[in-house]
Amino acid sequence: MMMKRAVLSLMMLLCYALAGCDGRPWNNPYAAQDDRSNILYSSFDQRPKHLDPAQSYVENEFALIAQIYEPPLQYDYLKRPYTLIPLAARTVPQAVYLDKMAKPLPENAAIGDIAYSVYDITLQPGIRYQPHPAFARNADGSPRYLQLTPHELDAVTHLQDFTEHGTRELVAQDYVYQIKRLAHPKLESPIFGLMSEYIVGLKEYAETLRKAQAAEGRDAFLDLTQFPLEGATVLDRYTYRIKVRGKYPQLVYWLAMPFFAPVAQEVDRFYAQPGMAEKNISLDWYPVGTGPYMLTLNNPNRQMVLERNPNYHGETYPAAGMPGDREAGLLDDAGRPLPFIDKAVYSLEKESIPYWNKFLQGYYDVSGISSDSFDQAVRITTQGDAGVSEAMQEKGIRLLTSVGADISYIGFNMLDPVVGGLSERARKLRQAISIAVDQEEFISIFLNGRGIPAQGPIPPGIFGYVEGEAGINPYVYEWVDGRAQRKSIETARRMLAEAGYPDGRDANTGKPLLLHFDTALSGPDDKAYLDWLRKQFQKLDLQLDVRNTDFNRFQDKMLKGNAQVWQWGWNADYPDPENFMFLLYGPNAKVGKNGENAANYDNPEFNKLFEQMKNMDAGPQRQSIINQMLAIAQRDAPWVWGRHRKKFGLFHAWYKNAKPNEMANNELKYIRIDPALRNRMRAEWNVPVLWPLFALFAVLVISAVPAVISYVRRERRVAK
Amino acid sequence: MIAYITRRILYAIPILIGVNLLTFALFFVVNKPDDMARVHLGVKHVTPQAIEKWKAERGYDKPLVFNNSASGAAQFTDTIFFRKSVLLFVFDFGRSDDGRDIGLDIRERMWPSLAIALPALFIGLLANITFALLMAFFRATYIDVWGVVLCVVLMSISGLFYIIGGQYLISKLLHIVPISGYDSGVQSFKFILLPVIIGVVSGIGSGSRWYRTIFLEEIGKDYVRTARAKGLSELRVLFYHVLKNAMIPILTGVVVVLPLLFMGSLIMESFFGIPGLGSYTIDAINAQDFAIVRAMVFLGSVLYIAGLILTDISYTLVDPRVRLG
Repeated sequence: MMMKRAVLSLMMLLCYALAGCDGRPWNNPYAAQDDRSNILYSSFDQRPKHLDPAQSYVENEFALIAQIYEPPLQYDYLKRPYTLIPLAARTVPQAVYLDKMAKPLPENAAIGDIAYSVYDITLQPGIRYQPHPAFARNADGSPRYLQLTPHELDAVTHLQDFTEHGTRELVAQDYVYQIKRLAHPKLESPIFGLMSEYIVGLKEYAETLRKAQAAEGRDAFLDLTQFPLEGATVLDRYTYRIKVRGKYPQLVYWLAMPFFAPVAQEVDRFYAQPGMAEKNISLDWYPVGTGPYMLTLNNPNRQMVLERNPNYHGETYPAAGMPGDREAGLLDDAGRPLPFIDKAVYSLEKESIPYWNKFLQGYYDVSGISSDSFDQAVRITTQGDAGVSEAMQEKGIRLLTSVGADISYIGFNMLDPVVGGLSERARKLRQAISIAVDQEEFISIFLNGRGIPAQGPIPPGIFGYVEGEAGINPYVYEWVDGRAQRKSIETARRMLAEAGYPDGRDANTGKPLLLHFDTALSGPDDKAYLDWLRKQFQKLDLQLDVRNTDFNRFQDKMLKGNAQVWQWGWNADYPDPENFMFLLYGPNAKVGKNGENAANYDNPEFNKLFEQMKNMDAGPQRQSIINQMLAIAQRDAPWVWGRHRKKFGLFHAWYKNAKPNEMANNELKYIRIDPALRNRMRAEWNVPVLWPLFALFAVLVISAVPAVISYVRRERRVAK
Repeated sequence: MIAYITRRILYAIPILIGVNLLTFALFFVVNKPDDMARVHLGVKHVTPQAIEKWKAERGYDKPLVFNNSASGAAQFTDTIFFRKSVLLFVFDFGRSDDGRDIGLDIRERMWPSLAIALPALFIGLLANITFALLMAFFRATYIDVWGVVLCVVLMSISGLFYIIGGQYLISKLLHIVPISGYDSGVQSFKFILLPVIIGVVSGIGSGSRWYRTIFLEEIGKDYVRTARAKGLSELRVLFYHVLKNAMIPILTGVVVVLPLLFMGSLIMESFFGIPGLGSYTIDAINAQDFAIVRAMVFLGSVLYIAGLILTDISYTLVDPRVRLG
């Protein structure tokens, strides 16, 4: 009887612990009370390093802080090409150009006459910060937590231990404060170097702050409101001004990124108090913004949770989109208040197998597709179109694709005596290699078709990209039957011979041409790629020596110009051709200037056109210059113009309003979930299967019977 | 005994200095402070000034072990090695390279590691001993033969296979427990069940074979024969007399790993999304966070030494003939 009770109790405990005996799936990793809640479930595979908007510059960090912070501008969620619209600002600011004497110039003033560009940004009034202890006030109106004593801090372990919260209205000063933080001596803002070239006085401002910090002490709080910056000033409560050198139309794109989001001075002061850092309480860990969500749990070792900001000022779902959006249901929510989701839970999922299986079980709402699961998830039609497999269709899973605003390429070191330089011989060599390295084959073998071959540095969707025959690289492709076709290997061989390497041998010495490919790729999957790459060069009888190294050494080689051929890539910061063309701009070379022009390409003709193009507004004249630049770059072939990624995303049937957007990071507010459908599907897909366990138990019991009989016999045996 | 323990602790100091020096040398042979800065700052828009600033902020702008520009003792103390190492000996682990307090992180992350490792160890120990005694009891019968075969099979399978196979079978096909994740309190049960089962099953092969050998050796001794001659049941002989006398080698294996349980399991934590110290170390190595790597290596060394001392002490508890002197 006792035994029976014990077994029963144990089973009840097991049942309770697994599922609460309420009929919900046992393998549901989330709390029962959240089953019917309006929660989005997603994952992350690497913990974000920074959540401070001055320092954060990685996609997985933006995915979080872009829901919390509100820069002045944002990208329209539905419109293409990507269009800037106001977020916290009233309007998209227009630049006012000034000459050296600070006198206004007309809009069409010559670039050489423009000494400064001034952007006045006016905010919408009434925007309030999320509840936060930094804004809490005592009854007398004094700040509650801005002068904490060591005794008060002793009782604090987490930010949640501060029980009182407050808020205040967003003002122009907060945006200016954040711009100043880009130069703070204790912060490493990745865009400080770039912005100090444009924002007036920012470089000198950094030096001023450094000296002030040294004088005040390393841990002292620097109140940036006491240090004026010429390039960022407050005009009135809701208006501030950014003053940049020369003409820099790309500034408006930066105004849509978290670097230019507001940070309240009292928040900075709150986190700077002695003892806070020792408790890991910092702005880098607990962001404070005005956006639709606030970070209520930051445990990047397990889970990060965003919850609806109760003080959110409100916004409505876009009323207009692109053709096809209405049919796709993307305008069903037009005009409805945002955000739709109450909470977003991001769980740490480092390995692809559990991540993929949890998506299939309905515990993640959205998923990418790894190579391992590609065949299970995607079916490619005979026309080359991608769709979901039957198994996915049965589950109601949808596939959405988009072309990334990025490029992967194989670069040539233009300083190298063999592959570099602008001589006709070197050009022909690079062009021949460009033909031989078959990007279509690479995309088919290694990317499961998820990519499109690049014709130049600019990806589709960015101004300057030209579709069709006019846009092909004539040195690598020819237009046949309405599509781009890679030139034959015979053509490449002929060009190689013209370059002085018939059959891959130096015409003067007769020695085979050996090229060195420097790479940090060393994993088992990478070996297949490197073997494939060798074969591409072998088509021309060229020998490719792969020089493996770690990433640090590789970067070092690149900085010193010691690499010959290598692979590199670039993700757009903003949707402007300047952000790709500058990768080939001479003064931006990697060697000696530490720029992003990794090939060290330096063609004066291209440089001159770039200087013209970068400050122009989008239009036919700019397109014409871009076309000239592309023609030069395609002829010089400093890169093998690799490929642009094609992103595949899988979405469950309960995930609404999904539209891939390569530029916007604040999509969460537009997403709607149908929790009832999700709950039903989860229950249907995850019914516990117990019979194998019972069968296993029975096998164990049956196999133990002879042993028990043997034991009993042995014990009863009389000693002889 | 106190004198013995004190002596062992004093012996530990040069060992820890050596371990620290070795970790430092190995880390900085592979990574220069400039490399570390680049990894932390990313690859876009990184200027030499930003790299210098990153290093200065974290004290990596100093010479590694000898400062030529300083004088006197500062030649040794005003170096990266000294500044990053000396505080470890008072268990002040300092800050990670991305600014987090390492001590606080370790205190938070050791609990999930323990939540998996402790039950896996003790349940595994119980399962191994029981299975080994069963094989010893039925020695030279089909149960013993097939038991050993099973042990060899279990030993031959990779740990990774147990994890992936367990996730596939228990979570994906049978839908019994979540495939990965972690929670605190009662809710943690459903998350730790599978890792613990896998931990136990993957260790049964080697553990049972090892204990079987010990038990068979003990069974052949005179006191066992005497016990049987007195008419004691075989179960009592095995589970009381043999088990008690076989405790020394079992303790040697168990007590020494007890402190290391804090360090967690690198692969298991990664696959199951357990926020323990194993994944903390792996993440730090991947991120080239020297501050965390040295702290975890130092902590591992301290715990290992503590485990050895505890083993010695435990000998005296189970075997009255052993005296520490």
